[in-house]
Amino acid sequence: MFFIRNKLRNDSEMKEPKQLSVSAIENGTVIDHVPARNLFKVIQILGLDRIDNQITFGTNLESKKLGRKAIIKISGVYFEDEDINRIALVAPDAKLNIIRDYEVVEKKIVEVPDNIIGIAKCMNPKCITNFESVVTRFKVISKKNVSLKCHYCDKITNQENLQII
Amino acid sequence: MKNRSLVSIDDFSTEEILEILDRTKEFEKEPTRKLLEGKVIATLFFEPSTRTRLSFESAINRLGGKIVGFSDASSSSVSKGETLNDTIRTVSNYCDLIVMRHPIEGSARFASEIANVPVINAGDGANQHPSQTLLDLYSIQKTQETLDNLNIFLVGDLKYGRTVHSLVMAMSRWKATFNFISPEELKMPDEIKFYLDNLGLRYYEHYDFTDIISKADIIYMTRVQKERFSDPIEYEKVKNVYVLRNSMLKNTKPNMRILHPLPRVNEIHQDVDGNPKAYYFDQALNGVYTRQAILCSLLGIN
Repeated sequence: MFFIRNKLRNDSEMKEPKQLSVSAIENGTVIDHVPARNLFKVIQILGLDRIDNQITFGTNLESKKLGRKAIIKISGVYFEDEDINRIALVAPDAKLNIIRDYEVVEKKIVEVPDNIIGIAKCMNPKCITNFESVVTRFKVISKKNVSLKCHYCDKITNQENLQII
Repeated sequence: MKNRSLVSIDDFSTEEILEILDRTKEFEKEPTRKLLEGKVIATLFFEPSTRTRLSFESAINRLGGKIVGFSDASSSSVSKGETLNDTIRTVSNYCDLIVMRHPIEGSARFASEIANVPVINAGDGANQHPSQTLLDLYSIQKTQETLDNLNIFLVGDLKYGRTVHSLVMAMSRWKATFNFISPEELKMPDEIKFYLDNLGLRYYEHYDFTDIISKADIIYMTRVQKERFSDPIEYEKVKNVYVLRNSMLKNTKPNMRILHPLPRVNEIHQDVDGNPKAYYFDQALNGVYTRQAILCSLLGIN
């Protein structure tokens, strides 16, 4: 279930500057510094659209680093590093705060994994993965400017051509 | 190597490649042996390739094996809409090994993952054609008496020619120096150059097909195909530039040999055929012995 608590108040009533925030959570994970345009990709990759936990997110928030960022707060869920690294392709600068009893007990950054399975689409239109029902598999040959080598056709898909399935 | 598949030349270690080349030498001495008696080999050619198919079938027949299969997709269940997945799962029940040619890149890797018998990739689109690479390596080793530190010139279509990609990747194991001669439109792709950069190997790119070939140990010619050009005028400009003639061979090294995966059109003038440096027809014969060695290695037959 998604909900956004909108703290936007009527200027004439409160005389406070306009602001938008996302409510705090008691226990769970906060994923910050997600590029706003990739928010829904992150949700999809982590399967957040298929779980019953409370999730709040804010998007198009101002960020000096990213321009517009998104933040996701997932109540009662802690991710394995392996799972969280799956979002590295779409949110390479994401930072995770692990929350217990309203306190940040641990911070994590994401790292591009050595192999990408079932997330990205091979850019080669002649690749078998674009013809038959085959789970895509890539070897990451460059982590900085992400560059993926298809396990099947050996062609390279790089950041500019990257499409998330 | 028993029960393994051969999808890309990179599937085999250098030792394994050399082992296949040693076995190839044995088959060259004695090509007719009943080593595949009682074995059924499927040759699945989803696109026609008469030369490769005949070479494999000749290799199988000389070893006494039986062949099932098809020579183009229109005579198979593919024309009824069957997936590759289903074709491979079914056919792998009928045979001991699958030789497969398919127009889609990566199809052979996929097939090798779902088949319960070894798969030999006989070409998957513009991707890999490892048995061609092994026969090229055998031809190079045989004519140069070594694979080490050779100067390899590749000429023509270096962009789409999968044989040249596989050959470059394979020869990089023996510290070759490469010279790529091609029109701008058909230059060696970045991923191959990236591969060589990573290994710290030297390569040079040229547009002109001139007397630089005097440094070559091997000249590997390929066809420049009209259909590869988006602009027919560009094809007309280059089609006669990358043609090897006998007169160009005067200053070449005595050990130099000319290879070509065949079929040839006009890129090697017929006046070269009589030159002892022309090796392409012997190379095609080596293909039968090489495929015999590959088949027996993957089936674990000594």
